[in-house]
Amino acid sequence: KDDVIAAASAARARRSGRVGLATASRSTSDPHPAEMATHELHPNDTLTTLKMESENLKAKLEEERAKLHDVELHQVAEKIEALGQFVMKTRRTLKGHGNKVLCMDWCKDKRRIVSSSQDGKVIVWDAFTTNKEHAVTMPCTWVMACAYAPSGCAVACGGLDNKCSVYPLSLDKNENLAAKKKSVAMHTNYLSACSFTNSDMQILTSSGDGTCALWDVESGQLLQSFHGHGADVLCLDLAPSETGNTFVSGGCDKKANVWDMRSGQCIQSFETHESDINSVRYYPSGDAFASGSDDATCRLYDLRADREVAIYSKESIIFGASSVDFSLSGRLLFGGYNDYTINVWDVLKGNRVSILFGHENRVSTLRVSPDGTAFCSGSWDHTLRIWA
Amino acid sequence: VFTFILKFQHDHKVSLPMEQVIVAMQDPDLGIKMKNQRLLITVIPHAMTGNDIVEWLMKKYSIMEEEALHVGDLLVRHGYIYPLKEPRNLVLRPDESPYRFQTPYFWSSQQWPASELDYAIYLTKKNIRKQGQLIDYEKENYNLLHKRINHTWDFVVMQAKEQLRASKQRRKADRIVLECQEQAYWLINRPPPGAFDIREHGPERRNRLTSRVQLVRLHSFIIHQKKIHDRTFIKYSEQYFSHDPMMHGCPPSNPWITDDITHWALNTNTVSTPTKLRVERWSFRFMELLSDPLGRLKFMEYLEKEFSAENLCFWEACEDIRHGENSRIPQKVQEVYKQFLAPGASKWVNVDSKTMEKTLEGLRRPNRFVMDDAQMHIYFLMKKDSYPRYLKSDLYKNLLVKAIAPQETKRSVFPFMRRHRHSSPNPALVAQALEEDGKAKRLGSPRITSPATSP
Repeated sequence: KDDVIAAASAARARRSGRVGLATASRSTSDPHPAEMATHELHPNDTLTTLKMESENLKAKLEEERAKLHDVELHQVAEKIEALGQFVMKTRRTLKGHGNKVLCMDWCKDKRRIVSSSQDGKVIVWDAFTTNKEHAVTMPCTWVMACAYAPSGCAVACGGLDNKCSVYPLSLDKNENLAAKKKSVAMHTNYLSACSFTNSDMQILTSSGDGTCALWDVESGQLLQSFHGHGADVLCLDLAPSETGNTFVSGGCDKKANVWDMRSGQCIQSFETHESDINSVRYYPSGDAFASGSDDATCRLYDLRADREVAIYSKESIIFGASSVDFSLSGRLLFGGYNDYTINVWDVLKGNRVSILFGHENRVSTLRVSPDGTAFCSGSWDHTLRIWA
Repeated sequence: VFTFILKFQHDHKVSLPMEQVIVAMQDPDLGIKMKNQRLLITVIPHAMTGNDIVEWLMKKYSIMEEEALHVGDLLVRHGYIYPLKEPRNLVLRPDESPYRFQTPYFWSSQQWPASELDYAIYLTKKNIRKQGQLIDYEKENYNLLHKRINHTWDFVVMQAKEQLRASKQRRKADRIVLECQEQAYWLINRPPPGAFDIREHGPERRNRLTSRVQLVRLHSFIIHQKKIHDRTFIKYSEQYFSHDPMMHGCPPSNPWITDDITHWALNTNTVSTPTKLRVERWSFRFMELLSDPLGRLKFMEYLEKEFSAENLCFWEACEDIRHGENSRIPQKVQEVYKQFLAPGASKWVNVDSKTMEKTLEGLRRPNRFVMDDAQMHIYFLMKKDSYPRYLKSDLYKNLLVKAIAPQETKRSVFPFMRRHRHSSPNPALVAQALEEDGKAKRLGSPRITSPATSP
């Protein structure tokens, strides 16, 4: 009922011309620094009337959009040259995980990576030489999130333990990495994704408990929490903007939300996918982001036009996209899918440029390297592959 | 007789696109042409060959053979199509092997929990038919079940016998089909040890939509409506085209392809002469210049000549506050105020009075965002003023002229000769060494040191 109240007053606030979005915080016990919409309810309000009000507003929004005669991205890109033959091959295969690889992240040095798997193992590799440099075993299974610190001196990871822990990378071969482990984030359900912000000192997390959160690494203090998803949050990505204050998240409620890190407010929301959003990634300029979903499509959302501008799909692709990332120029979008393949899309023209076979089970994670020379894919077939 | 319970599951949406394909395949006009297929001496009606499946997929979705085979194989693995020959092996063979569509009753999307009772009946039937000669894992499962649901075993045996009796009265072709269908179902729901388990979906996603009313949250209302910025993405992609190693190659070569790390060696943060592409990129946008440590260094050199280096120092100090440890914020804010904002400060920055007022107000309760407005002001000052002038300066122009432009090396004549893959120092090692050297950290220097890559 709290949700209903808050959403109703939010709708009323918007109607009266107030710009922006008030989030309905599900848990009233969290101190929320952001403004809260007033909790008023009219005597005639019922679930039905509020639902209808919501539908009407939605329809009106679509009407306004139609008036602007917006076009799809591929129509604008009609005249530009199509991409030629595209050849990418596996250049390295990293074997060493004893179970499904769930997540990976690149180090800023452009060649090292960290990966995590179902059996709790987190491994740091020099992907170029394929040497394993560090390994730690987490006390939990399904380590679904891992991230490399910007300095290259630590990694963060978590999963079914509901936490995000930071491990400083020790070069002493005898030292047990687990000894220096620091517990940073605490959620009430599984950790689905984590990312350092611009430094080693802050971590952004998303969780199956439906929230995202920003943490101070040194003290483990919660700096900001982000409420608004109606179900598990599965992914997040930080915006490469000049002001560096926003990030996008995707969840099981089929929504992609853009958040202001300062206030905790959801400033934009997109709901066009037909199923869980497994992955979100910003376009290099920060003006848009792509998403990959269980509905077997990837989509592009333009932040300034405030709408979806492209859908990347093909009738022969019948399995969900688990992970997406852009090439350096943003012209290509790589999608790892649950049918073990990687599809390469022309972001502008909307067509598929290539399909890459190789993995023998779901592709669960995919990231382009920091200098765009290669991308890495991790799979339930226990391996990681570097493609170039 | 199978008992079934409908339950809400997120599996449903995974199967749906697959089912659309299956339904299309069975379309009376546009689907696969079904025929009788011969299985030894029996004629099975309404069947197709592996080739038929691959060809239909290729034609319908305009895809190549490799992809069609891949998709078809997945349909078999997920139990929507089953082989009549070698029915235990759920793979698609692109030849004349006969296949049939699984009855929708057995589709994995129906989500009846494949219960122990049903499995027991199935195994019992098999056991009776094969006179005790079950396959290893099936024998094991049978024994386990016998123990676990012993109290209903009479019922199990009775059901099994009844079903066997009924099937004996069918025509041989029908009997074979029904046996294959059932076997395919159980291969999916009770896979042999070591076999691929398609039911695995990872940790359950507790989709709250089922327990809560979700009202649609509308976003950035009509006030923000803008026409799609037509050429933004096109322009960006064009500008960065030659910088994208996947689109344009990578001078002198892509390390991942040729094992030659020259490209990385030429682009470290400590290199004395940057590459042409790199220097060019600094002119694309201000953030490109700032986010490249070498670019930032060169820009700082320029600002020092212009006696406005304090702006960049201030910006860096603010970044340090924003992204640094929570505990050190009050101290850092104090220092920044003293160095940059206080009257008579040694590195005084020119912030407009309104912003200054707001900042001073915020200093009473220092938090990590207290410098945001001032930082933004100085950032845009640099962006609008110093940055464009830098790009026109001799300093920058010289960099461009002196920049290295390595030739794209031709493909190796001996492609089989593999270069030795050099390792590089772990960034954690580099950072440790720096700290041990006791290098003093200037106030305002970037907190984050980008790991150097050395050949």
